[in-house]
Amino acid sequence: MSKRKLDKRMDSVFKAVGLAVTLFGLLVLAALLIDVVMDGYQRISWDFFTSYPSRKPEQAGILSAWVGTLWIMLTTALLAIPLGVGSGIYLEEYARRNKLTDFIEINIANLAGVPSVIYGILGLGLFIRLMHLDRSVLAGGLILALLILPVIILTTREALRAVPSSIREASYALGATQWQTIRHQVLPAGFGNILTGIILAMSRAIGETAPLITIGALTYIPFLPANPVAFSPESPYIHLSAQGFLDPFTVLPIQIFNWVSRPQKGFLTDAAAGIIVLLTITLLMNGAAIFLRYKNQKRW
Amino acid sequence: MDRDVIIQIEKADSFYGTKQILKNITLNIYAKAVTSLMGPSGCGKSTLIRCLNRMNDLVPRFRLEGKILYKGLDLYSRDVDITDLRREIGMVFQKPNPFPKSIYENVAYGIRIQGVTNGEFIDGIVEESLKKAALWEEVKDRLHESALSLSGGQQQRICIARALAVKPQVILFDEPCSALDPMATAKIEELITELKKNYTIIVVTHNTAQAARVSDFTAFLYLGDLIEVGPTGKIFTVPQDKRTEEYLTGKFG
Ligand SMILES: Nc1ncnc2c1ncn2[C@@H]1O[C@H](COP(=O)(O)OP(=O)(O)OP(=O)(O)O)[C@@H](O)[C@H]1O
Ligand SMILES: [Mg+2]
Repeated sequence: MSKRKLDKRMDSVFKAVGLAVTLFGLLVLAALLIDVVMDGYQRISWDFFTSYPSRKPEQAGILSAWVGTLWIMLTTALLAIPLGVGSGIYLEEYARRNKLTDFIEINIANLAGVPSVIYGILGLGLFIRLMHLDRSVLAGGLILALLILPVIILTTREALRAVPSSIREASYALGATQWQTIRHQVLPAGFGNILTGIILAMSRAIGETAPLITIGALTYIPFLPANPVAFSPESPYIHLSAQGFLDPFTVLPIQIFNWVSRPQKGFLTDAAAGIIVLLTITLLMNGAAIFLRYKNQKRW
Repeated sequence: MDRDVIIQIEKADSFYGTKQILKNITLNIYAKAVTSLMGPSGCGKSTLIRCLNRMNDLVPRFRLEGKILYKGLDLYSRDVDITDLRREIGMVFQKPNPFPKSIYENVAYGIRIQGVTNGEFIDGIVEESLKKAALWEEVKDRLHESALSLSGGQQQRICIARALAVKPQVILFDEPCSALDPMATAKIEELITELKKNYTIIVVTHNTAQAARVSDFTAFLYLGDLIEVGPTGKIFTVPQDKRTEEYLTGKFG
């Protein structure tokens, strides 16, 4: 057989194997999804979202878990987005290339691959033991922010790098400074891709359990973090409070984890219902990311 | 006719890293005239005009030796504010590169970044610039549509309008027509001829016929050397150097 023919044959073999593997993956995923949905759908109800966890499976709900997830995501976003996007801009646009920045770059790429439980251990030592933040929303948010920071930095840099140099040159040629060029041209042009990266990173964080368990996030929380905004009939009418950030929390994956490990069958149904909620959130976030990526596909 | 010299290039050598591109270039650019730079690909035409608005400063390993004077002032001296300089010496690129924004915002950008916020004033500048770029009639009803929805030729005129909006004295064109069809090219050439009444223009071109049509002066570069320069009519009819003649008759390039 000629080399060319052999190559062709290898090509089709590879295609077939690739297709089979992909289909297999999809089938397994579908089977899992169907199984979970079958188990859990009848538990999904208004009550399920508005009830605290309980000893009785049929009364248990995810109120503290989804509110906790919201709190944690908010904290993570507030910490990780400005830091990550800022560092990305600095490293890509301003930092000179030298040994130090090369070193930083390699380490950020490495950090993106560190198992999440390691971040948990770091958080335990740093935020809990050293800074005494306890098992608070703030501690959890800090850990998850550290976890997704490298990903946000990397995607920000990629997004900026993808902005064609012709746009930058056009801006400079009109007398724009470097900051004006970045602020008015490069960032808006890369915005879609940066946002895509942020959403994907957040959807990773939302499902993380290990680092939060490591710091000892509780599984039974029959209350919510303090409201950040409260209203009263007299002046000053609106009260802002940061107390919620220091309150203990639980999140969806931990609640699910807890239910799965219980012996009663009813809790397995609760867990399945919790998984449906969590999966729906992640799928929606990933869908949004894909949509954004698609919408941003090159206009220049 | 007596003409003022606006840019003097004196013994300029330029390097990317250790690779020398321009070799001992000495060239005068006359005000309110069109000077074209011709030469085969890779001879350093873009490098030369990008020295004039210091665009090459963006290339990390770029280096220039010798002097370039603009109105008698050293362009590369420490006192020069590079953003002011680039407003005085505007540039239009080879490939139309409008910002991914509306037509209006493209033209307004240059003055907005100077801190101008007066809406009426900006409206006026946008209209005036688009008129000068012979584009107003075509786009006046769609100013807020994306500039990327325009044709290539229109996009290039947006880029010209955008450059005009900051009131430059000199406009550098780096092969402005190489991505355009003949119709659009004719429009741009007509525009350049019109603009030279008020602006000093330098055009890089591969197209000898274009140089002959639009320019008053022509410089011929070859492998980084300035082979000859003079009034366009003279260069095209009685070239002094054999290489110029060969290039003009299409023997290479
Ligand atoms: N940023 C850069 N770094 C290193 N070398 C460069 C850079 N830009 C251009 N060069 C080199 O400098 C030489 C001159 O390039 P330049 O772009 O000035 O040529 P040109 O005459 O404009 O050619 P063309 O007609 O193809 O546009 C080329 O050999 C090119 O490879
Ligand atoms: Mg060129």
